Amino acid sequence: MTFTIPIDNGDALKNAETDSQRTLYPYVTGTSIVAIKYKEGVLMASDMGGSYGSTLRYKNIERVKAIGKHSLLGASGEISDFQEILRYLDELVLNDNMWDDGNSLGPKEVHNYLTRVMYNRRNKFNPLWNTLVLGGVKNGQSYLGMVSMIGVSFEDNHVATGFGNHLARPILRDEWHADLSFEDGVKLLEKCMRVLLYRDRSAINKLQISKITEEGVTVSQPYSLKTFWEFQAFHNPTAGAQGSW
Amino acid sequence: MDLNLDAPHSMGTTIIGVTYNGGVVLGADSRTSTGMYVANRASDKITQLTDNVYVCRSGSAADSQVVSDYVRYFLHQHTIQLGQPATVKVSANLIRMLAYNNKNMLQTGLIVGGWDKYEGGKIYGIPLGGTVVEQPFAIGGSGSSYLYGFFDQAWKENMTKEEAEQLVVKAVSLAIARDGASGGVVRTVIINSEGVTRNFYPGDKLQLWHEELEPQNSLLDILNAAGPEPMAI
Repeated sequence: MTFTIPIDNGDALKNAETDSQRTLYPYVTGTSIVAIKYKEGVLMASDMGGSYGSTLRYKNIERVKAIGKHSLLGASGEISDFQEILRYLDELVLNDNMWDDGNSLGPKEVHNYLTRVMYNRRNKFNPLWNTLVLGGVKNGQSYLGMVSMIGVSFEDNHVATGFGNHLARPILRDEWHADLSFEDGVKLLEKCMRVLLYRDRSAINKLQISKITEEGVTVSQPYSLKTFWEFQAFHNPTAGAQGSW
Repeated sequence: MDLNLDAPHSMGTTIIGVTYNGGVVLGADSRTSTGMYVANRASDKITQLTDNVYVCRSGSAADSQVVSDYVRYFLHQHTIQLGQPATVKVSANLIRMLAYNNKNMLQTGLIVGGWDKYEGGKIYGIPLGGTVVEQPFAIGGSGSSYLYGFFDQAWKENMTKEEAEQLVVKAVSLAIARDGASGGVVRTVIINSEGVTRNFYPGDKLQLWHEELEPQNSLLDILNAAGPEPMAI
């Protein structure tokens, strides 16, 4: 998918100036983020991969970061843009702390800020090429929302980006319910991540599950999921084949 | 033959940066191509930014040169203001700043490596787009495609300086064997608390790979050195 408006008057030099403020395509990308609300707060799962086109180039990228005291931000899409967003949020949180008034930015405020940033960049045809997931807990209230690179923003009990939209959300729609325990929440996320591992070419088997509650943020150590290959049908699928199938 | 001499100078390239127990080893090939023609067969792609920080350049030769020149200038000022050597992290972040903010116009992938007293030896990869990734080792350039599997198998933590340099030389040499855009000599730069060492490995100092033959002066030498006459007693 590319953002280009063809201006063909054959003058590449003139076009270069007018096009200089437009992001055309991503380079290093992260794949799906899956997140759910549970009894104590929010759980968010992501793998640690950074793909460079079809190459699985980086295998130790943290795509979920704590923001302030009350929020967790996960990103899929261009990693350099995610790093830039983290810099913006760093400044936002710093300025918030400088008031020294005991108040701190909650997840709703951070989500709103990000929505404005993403939508305004979209209007200038120079998007930050990310889909962001913002989860958090403040004053006992859990919050989970999403913003896309074109500024579409909403809240829900469970969200997923990228391939997760197609593979994880149906599972979540069926199996999510209010007040999930931590164990059930983790198992549900792992079920989604396993399917993504089987079916998403850019997924890698190294994931982290992050949790945010009133107490604070915990990001798990990186770990791998077991996968199942022992279906009878997998063992010798071409046994009775006439030719290739 | 397709000799497009007007094509932009590009360093097809293989570049590598590896940390070891005490510092870093940077390595690169030496080929700069203009389309199919080799414009410079002995380029130096490992460029100094400060006394203790170097950068390996790949992609567009012009873009990478200009970015390093700017960063060298910024770091020079930064060092004066700071009153002590710049850290590797600061160098990497300055490169990132230029790479990210000009992502639409630049086509260069860089590997920043160096040693400072706070963090020791560090390697930062900065691919197209301006992402910064701190890594125990980094590979880049067109030749790196042939090295992902090699490093997955051969890399280990806490190597000695000699092991690390041998690994880098071997890897660049393997990439040169298969990547048409990489070639020439293997250059390495070792940076640690004691300082900086530059090394140079021409083709004859490297081991031979699959289907490569021992270089000769002439066929005549082979014929003249031929074995004993048949049936000679």
